[in-house]
Amino acid sequence: MIVFEKPKALTDTPLHYCPGCTHGIIHRLVAEAIDELGIEGTTVGVAPVGCSVMAYDYFSCDMVEAAHGRAPAVATGLKRCMPENIIFTYQGDGDLASIGMAETVHAATRNENITIIFVNNAIYGMTGGQMAPTSLPGQVTQTSPYGRDVGVAGYPIRVSEMLSTLDGPEYIERVAVNNVKNVRNAKKAILKAFKNQVEGKGFSLIEVVSTCPTNWGMTPVKALQWVDEKMIPYYPLGVYRDKTAENAAKEG
Amino acid sequence: MADKVLMKGNEAIAEAAIKAGCRHYFGYPITPQTEIAAYMAKRMPKIGGTFLQAESEIAAINMVYGVAGAGFRVMTSSSSPGVSLKQEGISYIAGADLPALIVNVQRGGPGLGGIQPSQSDYFQATKGGGHGDYHLIVLAPASVQEMADLTIKAFDLSDKYRVPAMLLADGTMGQMMEPVALPDVDVAEIEKPWAVRGTKNARKHNIVNSLYLKPDELEKTNFERYERYRQIEENEVMYESFMMEDAEYCVVAFGIAARISKNAVLAARNQGIKVGLIRPITLWPFPTEVIAKAADQVKGFVSVELSMGQMIEDVRLASSCKKPVLLCNRTGGMIPTPEEVLAKISELADNT
Repeated sequence: MIVFEKPKALTDTPLHYCPGCTHGIIHRLVAEAIDELGIEGTTVGVAPVGCSVMAYDYFSCDMVEAAHGRAPAVATGLKRCMPENIIFTYQGDGDLASIGMAETVHAATRNENITIIFVNNAIYGMTGGQMAPTSLPGQVTQTSPYGRDVGVAGYPIRVSEMLSTLDGPEYIERVAVNNVKNVRNAKKAILKAFKNQVEGKGFSLIEVVSTCPTNWGMTPVKALQWVDEKMIPYYPLGVYRDKTAENAAKEG
Repeated sequence: MADKVLMKGNEAIAEAAIKAGCRHYFGYPITPQTEIAAYMAKRMPKIGGTFLQAESEIAAINMVYGVAGAGFRVMTSSSSPGVSLKQEGISYIAGADLPALIVNVQRGGPGLGGIQPSQSDYFQATKGGGHGDYHLIVLAPASVQEMADLTIKAFDLSDKYRVPAMLLADGTMGQMMEPVALPDVDVAEIEKPWAVRGTKNARKHNIVNSLYLKPDELEKTNFERYERYRQIEENEVMYESFMMEDAEYCVVAFGIAARISKNAVLAARNQGIKVGLIRPITLWPFPTEVIAKAADQVKGFVSVELSMGQMIEDVRLASSCKKPVLLCNRTGGMIPTPEEVLAKISELADNT
């Protein structure tokens, strides 16, 4: 009896991610969701610019590689011309919350019926560890070598909280993948984000608090602990928006 | 033949695009092309199409990229400053070998410039515009009828060669009203096996992409693309030749400048100056051979442009600088009069 195997929605291409990086876990959760919903044949994914730029090689569904930050606009085009297809984007914090913030906010406010997987590891990984819009106050990066000075660089952006102020979005949840319990919750959230789209409910964004051992300068284990100690206190996990549940509660 | 109706140039583009099977339009308001968006906003919901006012020109062109990747006919339109914003997306569309139509109803620049007609985006349109090795197919209408006809042509060429096309008009073309016939178009279904519409679990996944980290692979895609460009240059050059049979002088002008120049050519002929006009309709591919032949026939050229002189470089290149090329130009939204063009033709005739 097979009890564990690679999801069909992942290709056989070896992932290029650094040892200890949690992109691999998140890719797997996305692929499991696609498999469980049986939607691989109708799904089109949009890869970002950043560490996950080559996600198009890893998912078995049709894929588009978008310009930096533009994935929600590309996904909007795809969904508008193929409303029956399932469209998702997979984006990092620089991509989604810095250069692509306008595309993110407007896709959310239009309640585009798409799914966004937002990987927040508080740093630009691909370019070698620069300050991200989500880097923590005091966090040392290549471009904040003395620690993020909020008087100069401003404060980190809490994307899930900010988008939840809009009337548009259907579902917004922040999860993490730094321990088994969190991974299981992340799995549920990602599955729901895809299911919402299948059911035509609208814009779902899952923010996944992630790690970057390489550019944080930590061992993988220490990086997982740092998520608990530093990241989650600034980025609390939880459901920030669930329109369907909120409406049901109002009616109930 | 379809009945003629009186339409603004911008509206003719929009209706022609719909006739050509375009059902997806993304744009952002900017003068002097906003009538295209307004027309699409009215029509698209009635015919099951998409009209979406994007949050920016950048978002609009990336929505176009998405639809183009799925293999459906799609367009955006803007005017000069907005088209500058689109350049990133246009480069990606070119790099991913996708068909799409971008309309630029030009206004004066640089910067915010003005809102009056201009042709000063010639360099941007014909030499690439964004980063990297690429061209667009660039069509330049000189009447409202051509606004419609070349829109349809642009979709066909773009599909045929998997090269994004640009309709390079100007504020006069966009705003003026003329009678136009909008015939029904037989939209040929072109196979697009590369499109991302879902694998249906029946094939390996398609990837729409312009990233090639291995330099030899990137070089190969650029070589392949330039082979298609060579075919376009060989097969798709369009131009109008006016009174060139016995011409000793040649005016080169496109769009509104060509219409003004025609009057000047006729006036010069009345004065006994044997002058003709070559009007490039495709700006890329440029009618290089036609100009080269003319260089062996005429004593000199006048390039008439609503810019500080951009096309003149291509006229000089095409004629191998065999004959003098004078510039007759106004810019910033100003338009040369036929008398100004005539004066330049006379200057050429007096000095050659």
